[in-house]
Amino acid sequence: MIYKTAETIKDTLAVAEKTEDTGWILSHVLDGNYFDFGFFKIPLPQFELFGIDLSITRHVAVMWLAAILLVLIFRSVSKAYSKSKEPSAPKGVANFMEVLIVFVRDDIAKTTIGKGYEKFLPYLLTVFFFILTCNFLGLIPGSATATSNISVTATLAVISFIVIQAGGMMKNGAFGYFKGLIPHGIPVFLLPIMLVVELLGLFTKPFALAIRLFANLTAGHIVIGALLGLIFILKTYFVIPVSVSFALFIYLLEILVALIQAYIFTMLSSLFIGMAVHQEH
Amino acid sequence: MYAFSKIAFVAFASGEVGGPLDVNPGLIIWTVVTFVILLFLLKKLAWGPILKSLGERETFIKDSLEKAEQAQTEAEKLLEENKANLAKAEDEAQKVIAQGREYSEKLKDQMLEESKAEAKKMIEDAKSEIEGKQKEAFNQFKEQVADIAVQAAEKILRENLDSDTQKKIVQKYIDDLSKN
Repeated sequence: MIYKTAETIKDTLAVAEKTEDTGWILSHVLDGNYFDFGFFKIPLPQFELFGIDLSITRHVAVMWLAAILLVLIFRSVSKAYSKSKEPSAPKGVANFMEVLIVFVRDDIAKTTIGKGYEKFLPYLLTVFFFILTCNFLGLIPGSATATSNISVTATLAVISFIVIQAGGMMKNGAFGYFKGLIPHGIPVFLLPIMLVVELLGLFTKPFALAIRLFANLTAGHIVIGALLGLIFILKTYFVIPVSVSFALFIYLLEILVALIQAYIFTMLSSLFIGMAVHQEH
Repeated sequence: MYAFSKIAFVAFASGEVGGPLDVNPGLIIWTVVTFVILLFLLKKLAWGPILKSLGERETFIKDSLEKAEQAQTEAEKLLEENKANLAKAEDEAQKVIAQGREYSEKLKDQMLEESKAEAKKMIEDAKSEIEGKQKEAFNQFKEQVADIAVQAAEKILRENLDSDTQKKIVQKYIDDLSKN
């Protein structure tokens, strides 16, 4: 019986590896210790520190690439500004980045936070451009999407959470902030319930942020993988045009999603900061 | 049972660990480190200077617009003033012309009046002179008549003083006189 089972597993494994294995879809989405370019793999260093696996996985590598790209781009943009003494119209990359920066400043920070938005602007700009760059880097074949990893999105959401709470407490004082969470003029017997609800509300916000970003960025990749996988599952060339065109459509959609999710994460973070800072609304 | 073990084996065999919802503490640490360093780097390198120069440019543009608006209102004011001045000047000119015309009219009238008066005076003078001359002539004539009368009397006295001849002589003198 046991022997038979092992035999069957071996067979299934062999079959699965050859034909119906869908693990490759997930392996594209998941983190790993190598870059997979199809024909060859680039291994990445692995090491542990104090019992924690601190390997440079491909998501870490992509995040670093995004960070390096951002620093290089914005250093040149910043230089373009400081080079001209007289205020002048920006050109090229600086012009494009200025559009995004002004968008984040005027349409996200200024409208949702209002007075005192300047303090949160560096955080919002950084999170916007970081997520945007990670999303776009994930669209490069062979690369990986760091923002489709729940650990990354959850960490970003926790940082957002810290910024939101810190912003609220700095403006209203720690006690005043928690007092302001409970709406005015509610009956006393409702207070315990409201306290629980409001406290839960505090934590659902970053949770939603993390899940939204993770799910949106994961879904597209899985759908593309599944569409292309149809070719191998149906084992016919006729499905190739359909699969490829649909996959291309999803890919284009993902460009849109990359932009929208970066915007939404920043927008909602900004909105929550605004709600924490100006509690009277 | 088979299915589960298959997934487990496949996962193990292909070297993948866990599923998409697994949390990796190492990745969390790297994310925090990367993001915080990126935040500080960009804040120092980019956001500070970029936002500063953006703000500067915006205030510059706002100032320029305000200045332009101010200049425009000033120019409009000047234009209005010029127009008013021009109208005033025109009025003044018109007034001066009217005044000149009036003055000349007055002068003409005055001169006419004066000349008329002078002419009248001259006529008067002439009249009085004529009258004087007439008077003088009459006086002279009276003297002459008296002289002639005396001369005639003298002649009468010298010749025969009969009444016929007397009459004749007087008649003759009278005739002479009327002849003169």
